[in-house]
Amino acid sequence: MNNRGNLDQHRFLAFHREMLRIRALEEAALEGLRQGLVLGAIHPSIGQEAIAAGVAGQLRRDDILLSTHRGHGHTLAKGADPEAMMRELFGRQGGNCGGKGGSMHIADFSVGMLGANGVVGANIVIATGAAHAIRLHGDDRIVACFFGDGAINRGPFLEGLNWAAVFDLPVLFVCEDNGFAATTRSADLSAGPGPAARAASFGIAAESIDGNDITAVAETAEALIDQVRRQRRPAFLHARTYRLTGHTGADPASYRPASEVEQAWENDPIARSRALLSAAGTDEETFNAMTQAVANEMKQIFEAARDAPWPDPAEGLTDVLDAQAPEVA
Amino acid sequence: MAEMTYAAAGAAALAEMMDADRTVWALGEDLGRGGVFGQYAGLEDRFGAERIVSTPISEAAIMGIGVGAAMTGTRPVVEMRFADFALCATDELINQAAKARFMFGGQTRVPLTVRMPVGMWRSSAAQHSQSLEALYTHIPGLVVMMPATPADNHAMLKAAIRSDDPVVYLEHKNLWPLSGEVPDDAAPYRIGTAGVARHGSDLTIVTWSATLHDILSAAERAAGAGVADIEVLDLRTLWPWDKARVLQSVRRTGRLLIAHEAVVVGGFGAEVAATVAEELHSDLKAPVRRIGAPKLPIGYAPTLENEIKLGPDRLDAAIARMMS
Ligand SMILES: Cc1ncc(C[n+]2csc(CCOP(=O)(O)OP(=O)(O)O)c2C)c(N)n1
Ligand SMILES: [Mg+2]
Repeated sequence: MNNRGNLDQHRFLAFHREMLRIRALEEAALEGLRQGLVLGAIHPSIGQEAIAAGVAGQLRRDDILLSTHRGHGHTLAKGADPEAMMRELFGRQGGNCGGKGGSMHIADFSVGMLGANGVVGANIVIATGAAHAIRLHGDDRIVACFFGDGAINRGPFLEGLNWAAVFDLPVLFVCEDNGFAATTRSADLSAGPGPAARAASFGIAAESIDGNDITAVAETAEALIDQVRRQRRPAFLHARTYRLTGHTGADPASYRPASEVEQAWENDPIARSRALLSAAGTDEETFNAMTQAVANEMKQIFEAARDAPWPDPAEGLTDVLDAQAPEVA
Repeated sequence: MAEMTYAAAGAAALAEMMDADRTVWALGEDLGRGGVFGQYAGLEDRFGAERIVSTPISEAAIMGIGVGAAMTGTRPVVEMRFADFALCATDELINQAAKARFMFGGQTRVPLTVRMPVGMWRSSAAQHSQSLEALYTHIPGLVVMMPATPADNHAMLKAAIRSDDPVVYLEHKNLWPLSGEVPDDAAPYRIGTAGVARHGSDLTIVTWSATLHDILSAAERAAGAGVADIEVLDLRTLWPWDKARVLQSVRRTGRLLIAHEAVVVGGFGAEVAATVAEELHSDLKAPVRRIGAPKLPIGYAPTLENEIKLGPDRLDAAIARMMS
């Protein structure tokens, strides 16, 4: 995609750093899971970081993001505070949602991140609704909506894409195709030529790319974000990738051969990004310093989350409804 | 003061809110042509197709778009056409709208009004007749409202739209043509307050929606026949419900009958009955009773539909039994 000699090192080092942060955050979360600090299920995006960094990382702070159960990377790249995220995973005070949500419900409205979602495909219509509201407000924000290859077989995919197309809404739909929906190979249960063809059938401009190539992701996403912002029409990005871990932090993924996973590691987006940057002249020292800085950040975050207090049980009674029954008749 | 139908009162309330607040908009199938029951008549002409949005037949999307737009600085009024079709959007309502504020730790509100026409109406059979309020009263995070008169439809719809909570707003299809006074200067409706539709001293009947009118007729018959002087409470909001008002009335009358069009088993009447039994056991002169539909799908032919309905004979018998 890119002439290596011309790689904009400054720009791609920033993407590289974001990928390292996502990887480090999720490795810390997996360590937290092993230590019993992460309480519920987590869905790591290890191996898929280039898509999060290259798409969510290029949104404006006031743009809106809707994410999935596998959403730590999208959320971090949108600018959410990683310590608040780790506290949320540990169910502690100071979590993004005060410990009420956990991994599958992380949201950070202060950076336009309107929620991960525990229901596959549910975010597609919510994202479309956010875009419909933006249309009514008449400003130039856009919405990015991530979902997996499994979500394209749910009804909201059809309803949301059709809606975004007929109402000319500024949504970038991003299908992260890691080949699996839980333990199932998606291709076995998805008819037709794939996600991009389904989007194209609605007249939505669709691109299919190698989602492990940060240059392809960054350049295609930049163009699509710009196109959606200017044209006020939806676009669709189909990014092929591979989930290097199990479906959840606890899933040994025994439904696929170890050799397949070994091979996939050779296509690790972070290793590929590093090779590109090296070829363009980035030295070892720069990489080492970056890796060290990220590790320090995550270590400090992990400890702060581990030492944070539990939510006050009284918090569990708040933020349900404003409406109250009258006390006196 | 204006004389208006229940349908027109809904349209007037929405128009008033849209005039007052630019972020209020409505979305649903065929709204541009006034909605299937005319409850949006004239609104597209007045506010344009950008704010009275005619949508595809995509109930999950209509509801989900409402949720996303409600979290993005607007106040959507979502039309489900028939309450039965809202079942195509249960995830969007129950898992998303009702949960977002809590689940995200109070970072957002979902100021969404979901209009769902309910009830038996012109032989509409099993998929176009249901009263499903109990489904929504069971869900934490939803307000449930059921207006019974044009004046209440006017005041309550405005309150629903003003509310920052997601509101399930159930209008009864049989009431669309009902005409009544809608005062211009009515006090704003306070969500959660019941109305005293008739004062009485012998028996409290708690009811809501179209059944209110059947109960008021039955109460007049009972008074005429010297059977009972009945107090009729129109609950109006089912969640949160006006427990204080109900308890105060039953404490005085010592008798409670709950009447609703919905299936009795697991209906909201069960919640009212259980609460009164728990709180007022020693004040009761008779067992608390419920009356409503049998646990059957709603039949098409009038002879079958009438089996489900609360006709005058069943109501009179239930009242007589309460007084015996
Ligand atoms: C409606 C719904 N059905 C099933 C599930 C259980 N589930 C959680 S993730 C998942 C797989 C989703 O696959 P995909 O959309 O490809 O995302 P990925 O996990 O690969 O990122 C399933 C079946 C769910 N959360 N929601
Ligand atoms: Mg997948």
